[in-house]
Amino acid sequence: MDLFLNLALNGLATGMLIFLLAAGLTLIFGLMDVLNFAHGGLFAWGAYSGLWIYGKTGSFLIGIAGAILTGFLLGIITEKWIIKPVYGNHVQQILITLGLMLVLSEMLKVIWGPNQITATPPDYLKGSWELGGVIIIKYRVFIILAGLLIYTCVQFLLKKTKIGLVVRAGVMNKEMVQALGINIQKVFMFVFMIGAGMAALGGVLLGPYSGVIHAGMGMEFAILAFIVVVIGGMGNFSGSILAAILVGLSGSFMAYYVPDLSLAVNMLLMAVVLIIRPQGLFGAKG
Amino acid sequence: MSELLQLKDIETHIGQYHILQGVSLEVKRGEVTVLLGRNGAGKTTTLRTIMGFTPASKGSVIFKGESIHTLAPYTIANKGIGFVPEDQGIFSGLTVEENMKVAMQKENTETLKRMDWILELFPDLKKFWKKPGGLLSGGQKQMLAIARAYINENELLLIDEPSKGLAPIVVEKVMESITQMKEQRTIVLVEQNFMMASTIGDRYYIIDDGQTVSHGTMQELKENEEKKRKYLGIA
Repeated sequence: MDLFLNLALNGLATGMLIFLLAAGLTLIFGLMDVLNFAHGGLFAWGAYSGLWIYGKTGSFLIGIAGAILTGFLLGIITEKWIIKPVYGNHVQQILITLGLMLVLSEMLKVIWGPNQITATPPDYLKGSWELGGVIIIKYRVFIILAGLLIYTCVQFLLKKTKIGLVVRAGVMNKEMVQALGINIQKVFMFVFMIGAGMAALGGVLLGPYSGVIHAGMGMEFAILAFIVVVIGGMGNFSGSILAAILVGLSGSFMAYYVPDLSLAVNMLLMAVVLIIRPQGLFGAKG
Repeated sequence: MSELLQLKDIETHIGQYHILQGVSLEVKRGEVTVLLGRNGAGKTTTLRTIMGFTPASKGSVIFKGESIHTLAPYTIANKGIGFVPEDQGIFSGLTVEENMKVAMQKENTETLKRMDWILELFPDLKKFWKKPGGLLSGGQKQMLAIARAYINENELLLIDEPSKGLAPIVVEKVMESITQMKEQRTIVLVEQNFMMASTIGDRYYIIDDGQTVSHGTMQELKENEEKKRKYLGIA
């Protein structure tokens, strides 16, 4: 039971980190029809910038805020100057965002050096609790709660605010949104900014969880995030959290029981979903 | 009666295709102007060109004395033009209420008054207020699309084939509602159903092969059997 709970918590925490990356990816695809391969780069930039600020200020919360702001800023720049000129052209999008991914990764090495950087949680998130003989690591619980909080906030934004309503409408019919007098470009930028902010948050939270960060971490997690987007349904925000938890849990249990198959099982899961339900387990653009 | 909208020698390309090859028309305030013509003649493209979705490559679109053909669609809409597309453009995953809320540019007493009026006109929308737009019948979707275009202070409504695919009894209801709106709005209507169009239209333009080939009052067209046969295929 102890082992099962620990593996489940580990899987949930990993799932939440993947969700933070995948959620932005799925919203950006759903609304803007953009395949953003640079999203992992924003994740890595969140990790580096956030942990750097954390190191300078000694406050993890300021580090998190700094990472999110970095994500917002990079999101705005990416949408305005990189993505905007290639709207509607998937081939160009893939090429330019892959190129941007490389640039973002290399820039990290230029600024912070090529070596891995170690990261530890703040003192108040270190250690564990013992509940009925089960050891629960505090930082994992923190990540799960942070992921759920972000999910709740974004759901509130999407379901209960006018801008959220416009985003959902835009996912369904961009042209009609414009016919109603709404500047869809501003909505695009807003979504890109939120998506990039979430990715950056995921990056900074990953640092103390894995203990080290490196310039290639964005690409590693981006692959998992793309799997989640496919499984959850492209453009389906709620689908992305459920798929991320599924991928996180399967990765965690497989890594313990059949380590050689831990990544392959996610690929297999995606392949099965694509064969049986190509629109994703929870439907596309929900 | 002054012109609210003017199209002067409009030419529009979609990709390599030269769709509109000289469309000119004038829409007078308070009237219903009907665009008639065979399938593929360019009627829908004319409306989409006015809205800026397929911008004109030549010519000009003038609305309330201002040239609008270089503006983005959302800016054109904000000038006071409501658009009901051929496919109705309903946000299928949003409820009727949410569809209306997305459309509402302001939530003031005037808008709420218009909302009351439109819900009285289309009681089905009130009945299915919390139902997703995608689950409405074809007629109800058309009513929702018209209601969305009407809810703002739009002086001009562009309505593309509101009778398309609807049962005759529903068509009657939709047309009746457009007739009621006529008292408050100027309307440009694309309609294949000549009987319906001639009932509510004040003025007509016939578009053929991307060009306006005939225009006048609806009464004149009703009495001109040759034009109806030549351009509309009505014997």
